[in-house]
Amino acid sequence: MAVISRGFFGRKREENPELPPGQYLTEDFPVLSAGPTPVVDLADWTFSIQTESGEVHAWNWEQLNALPQEDIHTDIHCVTRWSKLGTTWSGVSLDTLFAGVDTTNAYVMVHSYGGYTTNMPLADLMDGKAWIATSFEGEPLDPEHGGPARLLVPHLYFWKSAKWVHGLRMVATDDPGFWEQNGYHIYGDPWLEQRYW
Amino acid sequence: MVETRIQTPSARSIQLDVPGWPGNIAGQHLDVRLTAEDGYTAVRSYSIASVGDGERIELAVDRLPTGEVSPYLVEELRAGDQLEVRGPLGTYFVWHPTDTAPVQLIAGGSGIVPLMAMIRSHETSGSTVPFHLLYSVRSPRDVFFADELRALAESPHLRVTYVYTRQAPPDWPIAPARITTAAIAADAFSREENPVAFVCGPTGFVETVADIMVGLRIFAPLTIKTERFGGK
Ligand SMILES: Cc1cc2nc3c(=O)[nH]c(=O)nc-3n(C[C@H](O)[C@H](O)[C@H](O)COP(=O)(O)OP(=O)(O)OC[C@H]3O[C@@H](n4cnc5c(N)ncnc54)[C@H](O)[C@@H]3O)c2cc1C
Repeated sequence: MAVISRGFFGRKREENPELPPGQYLTEDFPVLSAGPTPVVDLADWTFSIQTESGEVHAWNWEQLNALPQEDIHTDIHCVTRWSKLGTTWSGVSLDTLFAGVDTTNAYVMVHSYGGYTTNMPLADLMDGKAWIATSFEGEPLDPEHGGPARLLVPHLYFWKSAKWVHGLRMVATDDPGFWEQNGYHIYGDPWLEQRYW
Repeated sequence: MVETRIQTPSARSIQLDVPGWPGNIAGQHLDVRLTAEDGYTAVRSYSIASVGDGERIELAVDRLPTGEVSPYLVEELRAGDQLEVRGPLGTYFVWHPTDTAPVQLIAGGSGIVPLMAMIRSHETSGSTVPFHLLYSVRSPRDVFFADELRALAESPHLRVTYVYTRQAPPDWPIAPARITTAAIAADAFSREENPVAFVCGPTGFVETVADIMVGLRIFAPLTIKTERFGGK
C-alpha cells in the first residue's frame, strides 16, 4: 500500500499511455554506463556474429554501411526510469545481418568494446525488432551514447541496447551478461517492469 | 524519516529508520518513491552514505532548482514523515572491506555520497588499503560531510584533496577551475600498484574524468567504475 508523501504534489499529471509503468518522460538523453566511454577507431571497428560451430561472420565499418540502412522511429525506456518518445535512428536490421547465419542456438550474448556483455533470446533480435544503429536524430551516434555503433532493441530496457557493440555470440542457454550479473533483470521488459531480479 | 542535517547551502543529509533493512555494502543505492494524494508517484535513485547492518541509514540529497523530487527531499521532508524505499540496489559500484587494491575515489558534488560510504567502510573495518579521494566542489561551503572528512583524513590510509571550481579558500594555491588532467595525475597511484577507481557525480563530470583517466593509462580496463547521477 502506498504511503502518501505529505506535501508532495509532483510535476506532471497527464496519464501517458505510451509510458510503461514507473517511467517518466525526458527531453534529455541521460547516460547509463558502468565505466569510461571506450574510444573506438573506425579503421579498426568490426562487428561479428559467431555461431556454435565456431563460424564467424564479420563486417568492418565500410561493409556495415554498404548494407541496406533502415530508419527507425521508436520509444526508448531506460531502467533508471526515464523514457524518450519518438526517437529516430538509422542502422542495419539484425535480420539482414543474420541472413547468412546458420544456428540452432536460441540465445545471444552481446559483446561490446570495453568488455561489457548483455544476454537475450535470439527471437528478440529477429523480425524487425533490432538493429545495429549508427546514427541518432540524423547525426553519427555520440561515443557516450554508444557510438560508433550500438545494438538497438527498443522493446527491452535500454541497457539491452548494448553500446559500443562489437559482436554477438550464439549460446545454448540464457546466461546473464555483465548488467544482468550486476542486478538487472535477465529479460528486461519495460511493460512488465522487469528492472531488477 | 528520523532527522535531517544541513550539509551545504543546497543539500542535506537524511537519516531514515528502515525496519527490516538488510544492511548494505558501500556504494549501493536505493529507490525512493514519493506518492501524491491523487496517487501520482515519482521514483528516483539515491546512494546510501551509511554502511553496515543497522536499520538506520543515511542519504544525502542535493537540490536541483527545477527538480521534481530533490527539492521535496531537501526542503519539505520533516522528522516523522514516512518515505517508501526499495533496496539496497546495485552490486557493481561497490567496495568490500576485503578488497586489497589501492582505491582512487573521484567525486563531483553529491557524487561524494557512495564514496563516503566506502570511506566509512574502510575506516570502520580497519582496512589499511590506501584510499585517495579527489573531491570537486564549487566552493568550500559545498563540501558534504566536511567535518567528518577532515577527521577521517587524519588516517595514514586516507588522503583527501579538493578541487574548487568556482571559489577556493583564501590561501589556496590553485585558482578555481574545473578538474584537470594535472589534478587527476597528481592524485593518482602508479600503474604498478594496480589501483581501482570509483568515479561519481553528474554525468558530464563523470564523462570528463573517466576520459582523462583512460588517457592516463594507469588503470586496467574495467577497473574504473563509474556512477552517473544524471544531468549534463
Ligand atoms: C544510482 C544513482 C544514485 C544517485 N544518488 C544520488 C545521491 O546520493 N544524491 C543526490 O543528490 N542525487 C543522486 N542521484 C540523482 C537523483 O536520482 C536524481 O536524479 C536527482 O535528485 C534529481 O531528481 P529531481 O527529481 O529533483 O530532478 P528531475 O525532475 O528528475 O530533473 C530536473 C532537471 O535536472 C536534470 N538533472 C537530473 N539529475 C541531475 C544531476 N544529478 N545533476 C544535474 N542535473 C540533473 C534533469 O536532466 C532535468 O533537466 C543518483 C542517481 C543515480 C542514478
